[in-house]
Formats: sequence, structure tokens, C-alpha cells
Amino acid sequence: MLAKRIIPCLDVADGRVKKGVHFVNLKDVGDPVAIAAAYEKQGADELVFLDITATNEKRQTMSNVVEAVSKQVFMPLTVGGGIKNLADMERMLKAGADKTAINSAAVANPSLISQGAERFGSQAVVVAIDVRWNPAAGKYFVYTHGGQQKTNLEAVAWAKKAVELGAGELLITSMDCDGTKDGFDLKLYQTIGRIVNVPIIASGGAGKIQDFVDVFKQTPVTGALAASVFHFKELTIPQVKQVLAKEGVPVRQ
Amino acid sequence: MIAVIDYGAGNVFNVLKACRYLGREAELTADPQKISQADVVLFPGVGAFGAAMTRLKETGLDQVIKSTVANGTPFLGICLGMQLLFDSSTEFGSAAGLGLIPGQVVRIPDEDGQRIVPQVGWNQNELQRPESIFKSIDRQYTYFVHSYYAKCAEEYVVSTVDYGVAVPAIVQKDNVYGFQFHPEKSGQVGLELLQTFFEKAVRA
Repeated sequence: MLAKRIIPCLDVADGRVKKGVHFVNLKDVGDPVAIAAAYEKQGADELVFLDITATNEKRQTMSNVVEAVSKQVFMPLTVGGGIKNLADMERMLKAGADKTAINSAAVANPSLISQGAERFGSQAVVVAIDVRWNPAAGKYFVYTHGGQQKTNLEAVAWAKKAVELGAGELLITSMDCDGTKDGFDLKLYQTIGRIVNVPIIASGGAGKIQDFVDVFKQTPVTGALAASVFHFKELTIPQVKQVLAKEGVPVRQ
Repeated sequence: MIAVIDYGAGNVFNVLKACRYLGREAELTADPQKISQADVVLFPGVGAFGAAMTRLKETGLDQVIKSTVANGTPFLGICLGMQLLFDSSTEFGSAAGLGLIPGQVVRIPDEDGQRIVPQVGWNQNELQRPESIFKSIDRQYTYFVHSYYAKCAEEYVVSTVDYGVAVPAIVQKDNVYGFQFHPEKSGQVGLELLQTFFEKAVRA
């Protein structure tokens, strides 16, 4: 059976992993290659690199990071953050990324999804969607630019459209849950999972092992992304997978 | 020398990197002479079946591949490269393949939206041919990204994974091998499979 995926997310700026990743026996805590290798060893199923570099001039640094990681670490790599056009996507894929995640650029220019899918294949185009629940409207809305800008796009409709345009996967972050460590937004993934038929990665809210059990048992997502709980060793991937397996969730161990 | 066939398909660089990581000399090439004289040939790629066959025919690489295989060179198709080994595919209508292994490439049934297509992720192999050089694959997970799969006779199927249907993960006919998964993305397991291919694949 297809295993559910556990996906650590690494923020990278100026070629260095930020947010202080805490691994024992890691001499350089900012080195993307060493961190990627450590996560591979732990049993991570994929890695997401999020480029948080502010300026365009430094983008070349990110493709160098991808190039270096993909020479040493042989697992699926997704790169997101600041990807604006086909040339950006191509640069990352040529450097060794398997997938590119597009977010604000896809909202601004939805045809980027279809053009990317046509040129590189749907499997290379992950549409990342940041959403927040609006209680007054009773709907989820899409935010862009790292969550700074509210849009009028309703999240479920946007997810559906992104898939119709050729998105091969959706990476959906609940801004309400992100950072709370209070669990994933189960209702969000149940709602969108009913509408689309591509793999969904849940993001935002992972704090304890039961959160992973819940999101996999109660929603149709096939991957769960987390950052700080893994980086700060509050949880390890083997611990999470052991419990998932015991709970009957298929995982790669 | 390992020849990695360059026919404009995506995702070939990581295959090269894996070869080099394993200490092997590998070259991305469309040169018929280099391909036919290589010790082993890798045929990777992602993308659409029909478009890939058109490119292979336009460049004459289809004939280079067939003669290289006929000469007995161990030949490994990866992902789309594996699918192209078969007779035909139903992707976007119907397209003829290289016809090196009898069989047809068809879409994974989505059961009216009940099953997610493509299959994306790690799936567990079940060994079907215990005498295979790849027998260590049994119970191991490898990384898949695909919407189509090969339907062929059991005799060519080395391992399968369960995705509602039994998806052939490794196939073989004589010196022609195919991996539906990405060995270059399957961690240590994938690297070991490539190493096994380099060391033990048969010359026909």
C-alpha cells in the first residue's frame, strides 16, 4: 500500500537553513546538505525547501543549495518560495528539485499552473495555498505573500481550479493552526479532499503524534508537513511513524 | 561507461547524480555511437508517452535503442522510460511504444474519483520472481510518481506494488529492465538497486 508521507519543511535564506535545526551530531546546524541527509536517515519521506530569501539577486544561491543537496541526498525534493515564472521553475528543476511549489504567483497568474504542467509535467507543479477561516462568511479564504495579503478567493474553489489547471499536488497550510501546535485543521482537509482528486499535503498545527494520526485517519491527505516539531526534536520521525503504524496508518519504516 | 539517453525528457540530471554518487562514470548523451558502445544504458524520463515517442523517432534514437538492446547491452528504463519499453500506451489516445517487452501501458483506474491518480509516494514492493537479481527489493519501499502503469504477462514482472491494482514496479525481459519507480529518489534502497543493475544485469 502507498505509505502516508511525513515531510519536514526547511526555511532557507542565503543558502543556510534558518530556524535553528537541532540535531545531535550535526556540526553545522545551518548546512542544508547535512540537514537533508540527517532527515533522510531519520526516515523523512520528502523534503520541502522554502526559500525565504528576500531579494532576487540571491535566488541563484537557492538553486546552488538544491544542486548540492541533490548530489548527496536521494529523496524527493520540493522547492518553494518566490517562484514567479517558468524560468524560476526550470532553474530549480534543473538544479535537482523534483517539484516546485507556487503560491502567490499562481494566484496572480493562474495560467502559470497550466504552463508549468505542460512544460514540466503536473508532477512537478505543486500549488501551495495558505488559507484562513472567515467565521463571518463561513468560508476559508486564500492569503498570499506569506500570509500578508488577503484575497477574495475562496479556498475550496481555488483548490478545485488549481487542479483543473494541472496542479499535480496541493500543499495546503492552515494559517489559523500554523504555529499553534494544536493539531491540523481536519475540517479544512476533509472539505477540500472531497472536491479534488490529487494528493494533498496538510500543513500547519502539528504539535504531537496524535495530530498526525488524526489528520491521516480522519482526512484524505496523503502527506503531512511539519517544521519546528522536528527541527527542535520535540518529535522524531521514527516516533511518529511507529505510532502511525500501530494505529493502522501505512507508513514506510 | 554508463550512457544515460538524452532525448529532451525531464528529470534526467538526478539519475546522473546517482550514478556519480555510486562512483560510476556516466554521461548524458544522444550520440548513437556512445549509446551502442556503453557498458550499460539508462533510459530515464518523465512526461507524456506520445510526445516522448515522437522525439525518439525524430532523432532516430528509437532505432539506436532497439539495436543496442539487440546487441545484448543491459538496458534500464526508468519511469516513463520503462513505459516506453512496451508495445503501446493509451495516454492521450493511443501511441506505439518501442515494443521491447510485450504489454500495454494504461491509466490507473480512479474508481470514479475514489482513488487518487497519480500515485505519488512510497509504496512497498512484493517480489514476484525470487530468482531475480533484484530479489532484495521484497518488502522494500520505493518512490513512485505516475498516472499510467504497465499491463503485461506475469513472466516479465519482477515485483509489484498494491495501488488498488497490482502495479508492476520492476519488469524484465532478457537484458531489458524497467523500474516504474525512481531509484534516484528512493534513498539507500534505490541506490542499491542501481548498483545491483550495474554489477549483475545480464548481457543477452
